[in-house]
Amino acid sequence: MDTAVKKQLKAMACRVRMGVVEGVYNAKSGHPGGSLGLADTLTYLYMMRMNVDPENPGNPERDRFVLSKGHNAPVLYSVLAYSGFFPVDELKTLRKIGSRLQGHPVMGTVPGVDMSTGSLGQGFSAACGMALAGKTDRAGYRVYAVLGDGEIQEGQVWEAAMFASHYGLDNLTAIVDNNNLQIDGKVSDIMSVYPIDEKFRAFGWHTVCIDGHDFDRIEQAFEDAEKTSGKPTVIIQKTVKGKGVSFMENAANWHGMAPNQEQYEMAMSELAECLKQLED
Amino acid sequence: MAELSEKELRQDGNAVNKKKATRDSYGEALRDLADRYPDLVVLDADVAEATKTAIFRKAYPDRHFDCGIQEANMMGVAAGLAAAGKIPFVSSFAMFAAGRAYEIIRNSVGYPHLNVKIGATHAGISVGEDGATHQCCEDIALMRTVPGMTVIVPSDDIEAKAAVEAAILHKGPVYLRFGRLPVSIFNDSSYKFEIGKGVLLRDGTDITVIACGILVPQAMAAAEELSGKVSVRVINMPTVKPVDEEIILKAARETGEIITLEEHSVIGGLGDAVAAVTSEKCPVRVKKLGVNDVFGHSGPGDVLLKEFDLTKEGIVKLIVNR
Repeated sequence: MDTAVKKQLKAMACRVRMGVVEGVYNAKSGHPGGSLGLADTLTYLYMMRMNVDPENPGNPERDRFVLSKGHNAPVLYSVLAYSGFFPVDELKTLRKIGSRLQGHPVMGTVPGVDMSTGSLGQGFSAACGMALAGKTDRAGYRVYAVLGDGEIQEGQVWEAAMFASHYGLDNLTAIVDNNNLQIDGKVSDIMSVYPIDEKFRAFGWHTVCIDGHDFDRIEQAFEDAEKTSGKPTVIIQKTVKGKGVSFMENAANWHGMAPNQEQYEMAMSELAECLKQLED
Repeated sequence: MAELSEKELRQDGNAVNKKKATRDSYGEALRDLADRYPDLVVLDADVAEATKTAIFRKAYPDRHFDCGIQEANMMGVAAGLAAAGKIPFVSSFAMFAAGRAYEIIRNSVGYPHLNVKIGATHAGISVGEDGATHQCCEDIALMRTVPGMTVIVPSDDIEAKAAVEAAILHKGPVYLRFGRLPVSIFNDSSYKFEIGKGVLLRDGTDITVIACGILVPQAMAAAEELSGKVSVRVINMPTVKPVDEEIILKAARETGEIITLEEHSVIGGLGDAVAAVTSEKCPVRVKKLGVNDVFGHSGPGDVLLKEFDLTKEGIVKLIVNR
């Protein structure tokens, strides 16, 4: 990836992270940890990869994105806002009465949200349905679904995994966000999902394992997915929960907790510093 | 099983005695409507021969997707298909469509109000020999609780086919309940089905029986048997949600007493839908005839209906002894 482009992406990911912190702080609740961890991949997808148009969010030819781990709504809203789907200032209304930015994403009311999610395991099935529709219609769009590593403990995920490979949905790319943390602790301690890649391969998927904070690897993985025909691709990305805010990194307690004012200011100044360095 | 109703007897000779399970009507309707509605696709969970979506599959193999034995994913896939502009009909037995996949229906179909049509077959105890695990008497209750869900329980071949097309034309989620037991065809071909409308089948002044699904002919037969002694009004209520308040309130005011009849638990079904209307707007006695909060068991479907008093005799007994 071109160095200048990478720098721009890093800067944008930094802004997206600030949007996450802004939203969760104002809401006084929400899920900052996983949201921060996903910021790099989502920034790449929306800025570089996906065929979406904020002026025409319902275009039937658009690529689809399903946040199956719907609790990371703050990062989806943030990346949508920074992509021009709605004003960035609206992020402050997250989870508030009257806001369209519900605790978990809702399609139809928020421009750019392609599926209502929040109940784990379900968005992945919906993504399979969208990909199947695309295949049936011989449409050119691609479907992206992001799952949590804890989420894949749900049985429905493996029903969907079986379905996607059976119907050869090579227009579907799943991203498993592997930060190894879930609410009750480490995924490996609570209910191990490992080895994730071997499981998906056994279900007939093409698998790619990457560092989810390395834009070069992220780009290669999505290019690899697009070139793969006859089977769906899963990108298993190692990420750091809370990435970008030092005191939130790798801490399970930041899964679903909002920062207080002091923590908010610390987080925002860390991110602002990071952004300043990238913009210099 | 059913004695022929007055209306049946009036029909031409071919219709009389001809019985058909509403699941067959469902499969045929899908096939017959496929050309008119090119966005229609069908999903099934390894029971296509039983739900009769195999009739559609035979004619349109490229628009039928078997999901194998995975109802939860199937319902989610349907949500995704609908989000991408398709009109998916999702089929399994009522127990697994409404029961196992309930939460997916609520969150992935109901909440985003997606255009998914759930064609659930093998509803009620008349499923018969398979026994209680497959005799779903809770599906109407479950589906009524999902905001924005339309719930339709067709009574015969003609109504079932009309309901399938009405579901296609309706924008939003629809639950259609079909049976396994062959039942007589009592509606005539001029019948116009309309979502949310009850149908007055027989006028009466002493009491009203409001029935849905395959038990409607039993209500008609009971009214006929009581003819001259008790004047029984019979209403067919194919749409349980949204229920036809007007026809219920008129019956409550004019006959003062209502019996509801359904092959479903007395908890949460047609009976409760009717009682909810009367208790608020015109309090009259509503007696719910259905499955009394128990599980079914194995046996021939028509024998089970007798055992559970869901027959002409059961209704007559209830009316005479009231």
